[in-house]
Amino acid sequence: MRSEIRVQDTPFDPLAELAPVYAAGPSVGGVVSFVGLMRDMNQGDAVTAMTLEHYPGMTEKALTEIVDEAARRWQLDHVRLVHRVGEVRPQDPIVLVAVASAHRGEAFRACEYMIDFLKTRAPFWKREQTRDGQSRWVEARASDEQAAAAWKEGDRAARSGEE
Amino acid sequence: MIKVLYFASLRERLECAGESLDQVPADVAALQVELAARGLPWSEVFAPGQTVLVAVNQSMVGADSMLADGDEVGFFPPVTGG
Repeated sequence: MRSEIRVQDTPFDPLAELAPVYAAGPSVGGVVSFVGLMRDMNQGDAVTAMTLEHYPGMTEKALTEIVDEAARRWQLDHVRLVHRVGEVRPQDPIVLVAVASAHRGEAFRACEYMIDFLKTRAPFWKREQTRDGQSRWVEARASDEQAAAAWKEGDRAARSGEE
Repeated sequence: MIKVLYFASLRERLECAGESLDQVPADVAALQVELAARGLPWSEVFAPGQTVLVAVNQSMVGADSMLADGDEVGFFPPVTGG
């Protein structure tokens, strides 16, 4: 399996990132991708900008572990994972997870698995600026932790017919 | 000697991004007790029951994780990427 993992402080173009995933080779039967965008609302407040901070070194290590685990669980041809740091504005892409596989089932599950674990295990933090001039750290969501925990309990593995 | 790093809201509350400690505590829990003993704001950030995540040598670990000379310890709040 080929993979590309990048953390960058400059904008990325999701469509340009997908092109090499589609072209991963003749054994690929499907591509599934998730692109996370910055929203202009959070907890009822208008948000004008966001700054993403990370733990350089650990971030790359955590993302590599997540990709390696997905490749161990499912048969994948290509994985591309790109994450922004620095300042982002509403509608800017923050994260892209793209998976090419022979079959759609593996591609769907691997993509969801990777974004679920990225959100709870990769050391990124968001600080948002609201329209009224406030700046605050975004709080972690319990629903994200539950989504990642469900993979361990086997809920989702069962859905894919695995043990 | 160990290197200790603080991230995001922890860095801001502690007004410290990182430091080196000459003495190596036995484990992460012992290090947290030592940091909490510094008084405010440390005692608040590292109070029992506070959700502080920890990584040793850039892998997330529990409080019972042992420490050794040369380790890098990172403390941070729950992550919010993606």
